[in-house]
Amino acid sequence: MKHVVDARGLICPLPVVNTKNEIENMEEGESVDVLVDNEIAVQNLSKFANVRGYGFSHEKTDDVNYQVTITVSAGNNMNLQKDLSKDIVCDMSPHNNDVVVISAETMGQGEKELGKALMKAFVFALTKQDSLPETVILYNSGAFLSCEESDSLEDLLFMEGQGTEILTCGTCLNFYGMTDKLAVGNVTNMYDIVRIISGASKVIRP
Amino acid sequence: MSDIIFCKGGGCTAKLGAGVLGKILEKLPSGDDPDLLVGFGSSDDGAVYRINNRQALISTLDFFPPMVEDPYLFGAIAAANAMSDVYAMGGEVKTALNIVCFPETMDMNILGKILQGGSDKVREAGGVMAGGHSINDEDIKYGLSVTGIVDPEKIYRNNGCRSGDALILTKKLGVGIIMTADRIRQASQDAVKKAIDSMKFLNKYAADILKDYEVHGCTDVTGFGFLGHLCEMLDKRHSAVVESRSIPYFQECRGYAEEFYITAAAQKNRNYVGNQVSFENNDFFMEEILFDPQTSGGLLVSVCISEADEIVEKMKEKNIPAEIVGYVEKRQDKSIIVK
Repeated sequence: MKHVVDARGLICPLPVVNTKNEIENMEEGESVDVLVDNEIAVQNLSKFANVRGYGFSHEKTDDVNYQVTITVSAGNNMNLQKDLSKDIVCDMSPHNNDVVVISAETMGQGEKELGKALMKAFVFALTKQDSLPETVILYNSGAFLSCEESDSLEDLLFMEGQGTEILTCGTCLNFYGMTDKLAVGNVTNMYDIVRIISGASKVIRP
Repeated sequence: MSDIIFCKGGGCTAKLGAGVLGKILEKLPSGDDPDLLVGFGSSDDGAVYRINNRQALISTLDFFPPMVEDPYLFGAIAAANAMSDVYAMGGEVKTALNIVCFPETMDMNILGKILQGGSDKVREAGGVMAGGHSINDEDIKYGLSVTGIVDPEKIYRNNGCRSGDALILTKKLGVGIIMTADRIRQASQDAVKKAIDSMKFLNKYAADILKDYEVHGCTDVTGFGFLGHLCEMLDKRHSAVVESRSIPYFQECRGYAEEFYITAAAQKNRNYVGNQVSFENNDFFMEEILFDPQTSGGLLVSVCISEADEIVEKMKEKNIPAEIVGYVEKRQDKSIIVK
């Protein structure tokens, strides 16, 4: 069954509230198309989907109108009636079995400054995907990203909060003298790194 | 009042986004009169014009659509909100003029109640209601143009905070969320009453206590939310660490935020200053409360850390729900770190 919420002309919070009410009558795996006429409503719907762990996509259909599609992910709608404050851990973004391997603090070959900016953008973009990776492994100078004062710290913390495992190579932290600067996730070793990469459905490298 | 009015966001949720406004204002020439002590140049709340060495005039105005159904309470809240700018600058209210938009076809008794609410509040503040201007309009809007005075040496600057200061917030956050929940009939009567009591409470009482202390920076928290106004206060010269556990807010609004009774204005605030804030605690609903636009919110004051506890204690004795909510630090990458 096709679910549509026409929230054009409605002021916030009604687009989100009407969508939330529609979702209460939906099964897992079903989607609802929400029509809205301003970008702020799209952003509020995006926050809602993010917090609830639903799939989210949107497109601009003309000058003023947007169509937002929210998909109730498997295993998530059972949490609908629960108090989010107590159950926030269960309401995570959908995850895949992918492992992201970050082996340097820069992305690509070339100027270091550019490489660092690209890496920051890469990690940020990871947080914006419909589904988050199961694990992020950081080694060699990639270990700097999970330490204090890293530009990507916020994004890694966000992913960790959504259930992604953030693992940093202990030997590398030690080598760079950063062992007590680790600010997100846990320390790992080569055996675990090999085991996790071997078991991944897909390994993504920036 | 008719339902049509309440379809729209009232109070400070109706404010234009700060981002949009900033772009326009920076293109306009600002006054270059040496006696204009505070103008557009900073993000200050009102304008201050020096008359002589001991006295300066504070001019400010504020008006908005209703956010509560009771016209008398709406008038009182709009007036408390408009006069708040004077207190945020360290001044006293002297005169006020009504600003009225009202449909000719509507019951004039409603307008009477609104004006009565405003007038009573001005008297409570020790000021005098001295006139006004009214326009026939489709929707109701009400507020005041207020004139106050201040010693030019003792003006509270919006952006005067110093590294090492403590930040005090004098009212609870969350009135925007509660009134949004109320607009779709989802707020409890108790929550609405608490929010209304908070909005109509004059910032005069907190300001009176501050007179005995050295205030480095002060603003009132309104439409741009706690984080928006704090960002303006830090003026890209300092950073602040905010302790989210110490933030005073109405307990009910957490539940309403979890039901996503959140405004467009809060999202606009997030778009405006979100990239200057680092959230370390991963608490989405606290973020919403910190971005929530406040109608007639409290004063946000930057004071010497050694005086902060005593100020808060004195405020609590007067039933002001003040708390130390954070600290000013040396400038870092982000303006605000929320812990």
